Amino acid sequence: MINFDDVTFEYIRRDEEGNVESINKALDGISLDVKKGDFIAILGANGSGKSTLARHINALLTPTEGTVFIEEMNTKEDNNLLKIRQKTGMVFQNPDNQIIAGLVEEDVGFGPENIGIPTKEIWERVAFALEKVGMTAYREKSPNNLSGGQKQRVAIAGILAMKPECIVLDEPTAMLDPKGRREVIETITELNKKEGITIILITHYMTEVVGADKVYVMSGGNVKLSGTPREIFKEVELLKEYKLDVPQVTEIAYRLRQKGFPLSECILTIDEFIDAVTNR
Amino acid sequence: MSLILDKINYYYSKGTAFESKALKNISLTIPDGEFIGLIGHTGSGKSTLIQHMNGLIRADSGSIYYNGQDIYDKDFKMTELRRKVGLVFQYPEHQLFEATVIKDVLFGPTNMGMDKLKAELAAYGALKAVGIGEDLIDASPFELSGGQKRRVAIAGVLAMSPEILILDEPTAGLDPAGRTEILRLLKKIHEDNGITVILVSHSMEDVAEYAERLIVIDDGEIKYDDEPRKVFTHIDELRKTGLEIPECTELVGRLADLGLKVDRSCLTVDEAVASILQSTGY
Ligand SMILES: Nc1ncnc2c1ncn2[C@@H]1O[C@H](COP(=O)(O)OP(=O)(O)OP(=O)(O)O)[C@@H](O)[C@H]1O
Ligand SMILES: Nc1ncnc2c1ncn2[C@@H]1O[C@H](COP(=O)(O)OP(=O)(O)O)[C@@H](O)[C@H]1O
Ligand SMILES: [Mg+2]
Ligand SMILES: [Mg+2]
Repeated sequence: MINFDDVTFEYIRRDEEGNVESINKALDGISLDVKKGDFIAILGANGSGKSTLARHINALLTPTEGTVFIEEMNTKEDNNLLKIRQKTGMVFQNPDNQIIAGLVEEDVGFGPENIGIPTKEIWERVAFALEKVGMTAYREKSPNNLSGGQKQRVAIAGILAMKPECIVLDEPTAMLDPKGRREVIETITELNKKEGITIILITHYMTEVVGADKVYVMSGGNVKLSGTPREIFKEVELLKEYKLDVPQVTEIAYRLRQKGFPLSECILTIDEFIDAVTNR
Repeated sequence: MSLILDKINYYYSKGTAFESKALKNISLTIPDGEFIGLIGHTGSGKSTLIQHMNGLIRADSGSIYYNGQDIYDKDFKMTELRRKVGLVFQYPEHQLFEATVIKDVLFGPTNMGMDKLKAELAAYGALKAVGIGEDLIDASPFELSGGQKRRVAIAGVLAMSPEILILDEPTAGLDPAGRTEILRLLKKIHEDNGITVILVSHSMEDVAEYAERLIVIDDGEIKYDDEPRKVFTHIDELRKTGLEIPECTELVGRLADLGLKVDRSCLTVDEAVASILQSTGY
């Protein structure tokens, strides 16, 4: 459903007279294909181009060279914009900057209202979306009093109410406590599994990635590695070169294995580790 | 450089219908030269607490003493406190406003009256310390990636050579290498210059590895104030307040439950590996 064909993007800095001062190539010949219903995770160092890539998915940015298609719709064509933005919602890092309305239900209904959905259907969508993120009980509360994780779930509900096919989350857990992080990851995993919504998750927390179908590792504006979490996280040394890491338990298992400890290659979770030890 | 907080209470929107108590009877002593971790669920009061420490927020009741002086005394120099207690805010990138990176980092030192040359040395030193290369010195802060902005913001406070350095979730949004780099940098500043560091963090792994003392705040109250190794034994209570224990600590705990003779109190990957190897004889 998402197709990048040799996409290059340059941020161009100009002085007051409009002369080009500098060019920063943030994406450098990216090609990728995301299938409908996939859970994709994107890892990469600061400045590697993750957010720039994300902004191409809902046409906030369009390529300097190459093409991005969202379900066959070229993001460069203006008359596709509305449809593309409705199909692909974005969730950002800071939970406080994404809340607009005074009540949770108004906040979630804001998007559909804006595109002229009839009132009755708005309320149906709001009810559905809040239920899906587990926030129905907070429907008539003020978003300001929610925890960070709850605010992010409201933000996700606001996107769900637009009936998207894809949700792009750019570090949605970076400002959250451990519980909030777990809530958000569980919510998007469930939306992916139960509703078939395509998920693109950008994160710097390696443990959040272990449930993804596929992981892309970005560096210098390009995708350098891609594969299942197990294929990616077995590259313990290579990932460090890309300024990344592996989950702590993966690192522990890796180092034990080097010492001759009998464990299968690339353990991703504590449960896997425990299974490996008990079945030994 | 000691800081003593004595029975601090603070309300947001005091006297209105929205009144909410953010800090409840907080008493703390911050002596010279500690590396302190401060953790708590979102909204627990971490940011409110640290803003009291450099006088940005004034307590509704209670006292704060800086080197024995009551900071709420009329003749206490608040500007002095602000300089000595450097605060890197939660979303420091929002504070970047100058046209270039170097101007932004120069702002603090210049503003506190350092002469030009000294200020520039401090600014370049700070940028180098946080790993911002010369190629970015004249860039606009607005064109930097999230992580690059964070480093510039930290450099801005470092350039003022504070005695207590408080950072509100400074590694949120940094890549793993950047996170380690900033944490090691804090550790180095702490060890080399004896600066007290207070690190607010949502990463249990980070505070476990770097903090010598860990303060847990829950709904505006101090729940624990102890060595990290002791704090992380309270697994159920921590989870109840929205926190966790480090993944490696959880792993060794689960292994110990299986009957392996591993040390449950491991706080780092290194410790866990060593303990598992020792207990299994590999
Ligand atoms: N608005 C902008 N103007 C100019 N350059 C920009 C702009 N936004 C980003 N860049 C540059 O483009 C490159 C990629 O940035 P991007 O924000 O996509 O990185 P990222 O992978 O999301 O990083 P992070 O992990 O820090 O969020 C960086 O070199 C950055 O400095
Ligand atoms: N500017 C503000 N106005 C009103 N209430 C606030 C403000 N800032 C924080 N609060 C409230 O005070 C409490 C503590 O918040 P804060 O110190 O930001 O917590 P933390 O930093 O631990 O996430 C929360 O209930 C929060 O909603
Ligand atoms: Mg980004
Ligand atoms: Mg805070």
